[in-house]
Amino acid sequence: MSPVSRGFHRRRQEPAENAGRVPPGQYVTHDFPVLSAGPTPHTRLDNWTFSIAGGGQQTKTWTWAEFRALPSQDVTVDIHCVTKWSKLDTAWQGVSVDTLLDLAGHDGPFAMAHCDGGYTTNLPVADLTGGRAWVAYGYDGRPLEPEHGGPARLLVPHLYFWKSAKWVRSLELRDTNDPGFWENYGYHMYGDPWREQRYAGD
Amino acid sequence: MAGTALRRRLSWQVAPVSAVVPETPSVRTITLDVPDWPGHQAGQHVDIRLTDEDGYVAERSYSIASAPGEPVAITVERLDDGEVSPYLTDELRAGDDLELRGPIGGYFVWAPPDGGPLLLLAGGSGIVPLRAILRHRQRTGSAVPARLLYSSRTLADVIYHAELDRPADGVEVIHTLTRQQPPGWTGYARRVDAGLLGEVAWPAAMMPLAYVCGPTSFVETVSQALVQSGYPPERVKTERFGATGGS
Repeated sequence: MSPVSRGFHRRRQEPAENAGRVPPGQYVTHDFPVLSAGPTPHTRLDNWTFSIAGGGQQTKTWTWAEFRALPSQDVTVDIHCVTKWSKLDTAWQGVSVDTLLDLAGHDGPFAMAHCDGGYTTNLPVADLTGGRAWVAYGYDGRPLEPEHGGPARLLVPHLYFWKSAKWVRSLELRDTNDPGFWENYGYHMYGDPWREQRYAGD
Repeated sequence: MAGTALRRRLSWQVAPVSAVVPETPSVRTITLDVPDWPGHQAGQHVDIRLTDEDGYVAERSYSIASAPGEPVAITVERLDDGEVSPYLTDELRAGDDLELRGPIGGYFVWAPPDGGPLLLLAGGSGIVPLRAILRHRQRTGSAVPARLLYSSRTLADVIYHAELDRPADGVEVIHTLTRQQPPGWTGYARRVDAGLLGEVAWPAAMMPLAYVCGPTSFVETVSQALVQSGYPPERVKTERFGATGGS
């Protein structure tokens, strides 16, 4: 139980319809903050590919045109950043990771997402499947802005948003759950916002 | 890019406030007497947790303003529509308790072995972790050349003003005031862009190490311009806060 902070009074009250949608320690924001460890990459669509590798199979690669021709979904989800903001009802367009894994024929217990700029993050494949994860290229009816991860980012809304890797270029299936970029710096290996798994040991 | 694995559990602890010092009309530096502090690197941050009488909890992250080895301090800018920052700047005083955990992060950090030359680019309260880096450089006797370009709205908004007016040997401090300049101001008076960086930044051929911290628009503009001028992206470390990111 935390001690009461002398003189502190709540200033934010979520409307009743948002009850149960904001995880502990989070607050709702209406803008879309940007957090990245380095400069925003600007990969030309001509040079962009998306791949699924590992899992003992040959790497499956799509060009931008091929990727955009895959069946896509429109999803509206709440997102939760480990830096404490949550954003409700964000609207995305992208390809379900289920679709990608089915087409690639790959399987394995864990995945490492690799991105332009060198960013990586690790996820269990079980969290990327079952209609819970996408490679998204549209946001709010428009192409995804580079600063928010465009041309395409991972979207795994049930985990803290650092797992929804910006500028994603491949998913590499692995037998082991190895730490990615932020996980190496002490962030949680799984990152469930409802259990407040921000940092290692949470 | 591999970091030092940090697998120690980050526990919440209660620290008494030892001092609250005004930096500008809307900015305070809060120094804490943390009983069990494992030490931090220059550039890391802490999480702060406030609890009201009904058990309502608000958490935010703040960059550590002090160098490794100094008492933990945070510098907080009041955001009028915020929930946490007005409490920290207006209500909290010496002797109060503050709950925190940390240190957190490990990428936006600098230590003497990382070398330089250092190019530090701050927009507004983005100066805070860069100040920790400069103090660390000075306290360790590092001779790495360092240049700070600091963008503020007005002279009154300059945080750590007196300290920055007496830079350590090998440190250059360059101000730009974007909204209003005092009479006789001879410094820059425009937003940081590729043109201004062309005048101020170390040439890419010197293989500088850049740290950029500020609002998203500042960081996007500056980091993009540095990369276009030849800085390798992995030598440009960024930390951004949105309009509500640090409230």
